[in-house]
Amino acid sequence: MNAIPLSATDLAIAASLVAFDALLSVALRLQLHRQVLWASARMVVQLIAVGYLLRIVFGMHHPAATAAIIVVMAAVAAREIAARPERKFKHGAGLAISAGGVAVATVVTVVLALATAIRPHPWYDARYAISLAGIILGSVLNAGSLALDSLLSGVEREKSAIEAQLGLGVSFAAATAPFLRAAIRRGLLPVINQMSAAGVITLPGIMTGQILAGLDPVEAVKYQILLMFLLAGASGLSALIIAYGAMRRLTDPRQRLRLDRLR
Amino acid sequence: MPSSAPPGEPSSEPRLSLHGLQSDLAGPFDFSLPAGACAAVSGASGSGKSLFLRMIADLDPHEGDVRLDGGSRAAMAATDWRRRVPYVAAESGWWRDTVVEHFEPERLGKARGLAERLGVGTAQVDGPVIRLSTGERQRLALIRALVLDSPVLLLDEPTGPLDPVSVGQVEDLLRERLAAGVSVLLVSHDPAQAVRLGAARYVMRDRRLAPAA
Repeated sequence: MNAIPLSATDLAIAASLVAFDALLSVALRLQLHRQVLWASARMVVQLIAVGYLLRIVFGMHHPAATAAIIVVMAAVAAREIAARPERKFKHGAGLAISAGGVAVATVVTVVLALATAIRPHPWYDARYAISLAGIILGSVLNAGSLALDSLLSGVEREKSAIEAQLGLGVSFAAATAPFLRAAIRRGLLPVINQMSAAGVITLPGIMTGQILAGLDPVEAVKYQILLMFLLAGASGLSALIIAYGAMRRLTDPRQRLRLDRLR
Repeated sequence: MPSSAPPGEPSSEPRLSLHGLQSDLAGPFDFSLPAGACAAVSGASGSGKSLFLRMIADLDPHEGDVRLDGGSRAAMAATDWRRRVPYVAAESGWWRDTVVEHFEPERLGKARGLAERLGVGTAQVDGPVIRLSTGERQRLALIRALVLDSPVLLLDEPTGPLDPVSVGQVEDLLRERLAAGVSVLLVSHDPAQAVRLGAARYVMRDRRLAPAA
């Protein structure tokens, strides 16, 4: 691969576009300039830090270091998922549910890819494992947070309809099935959009990156197809596990609707 | 009509009996209701009337023992319990677009008959829920519980938004059920209604239940 190296000056020129956004905000009184500048500064610091961190970890060739990085990334994703709904579970139950969904969805898809399609030596090579986990976690986060938010807001909104059924002896599972389906559906929409738009409306980021880095487009496309399948699988697992987990937490052995477990 | 025949001597056990029913929010309640009897609970809003009925239906977490014809609720699946002791909330909830979808097909015929008796038109029963008036919703929500032919009915302000004619029709129907041995526990703000139903009157005050003076 013969990537064209970027200099600090190159980045500085591109940064003038952010300055343009900020000026626009001042001129049109959008009240966004502070946020635009803060977000771009944050992005630069985060990415530079992660670049150096990855350089160190890649150099260590140690599975524990690789695992540690992935665990931290997954933990942040789980926290984001649990924090997204308007009404959240009390006592960290939301975090436990989303951590379970994130862990299963990520481990299953990353290990599948490393063991079958990509097969680096050694299989836990940080360069592949961390990059894959990073991309997959993005989809897991999206699917999981949309599913959880959809589920909790749906149940909250329709609680009188659910309790009307419970009061007549309908099971909790039957009374809430439509909300479970809607939540999983909602979680899967982004990856469906992503797949149907890929190559026509958007050139996916990974593929673009590899092409920019000098890889043959067809080879880049193959990687992208593999990734899309992984993302679809991870999204499905994440939405499924988190929606089911949340639904279980919303009831008890007496099949009540336990909205008191939300705050 | 009641589907749970008492296993032992029918007369010795009250139809419904509660012992030490309490949660952080209300109680403790000790209460019993014989077969074919009616009890009416009144009280200021927020006094705990709905909480009381919801506890009996096992819809909120709480402690205490509830028995139906001597059989413990704890030994019964929650769904079986609520089919025998259904709870109809003051505000009716709906979960499908059309009214008929809220009834199991085999109970729909019975539901239509009851709707006619309560003055809800056929067009309403066959139409979408959004076209129902508040009073029609209230009556149809009651019918959803009546078609279960349960031995007990827990009714939270069943005639709240109804006009006097409809109130009379609902009370006729409830009296009929009472005569057939069904026990009815209802929340009502109208002392005259309790008299018309021959109900024992109770007052909920500060989340405790007491016989009305």
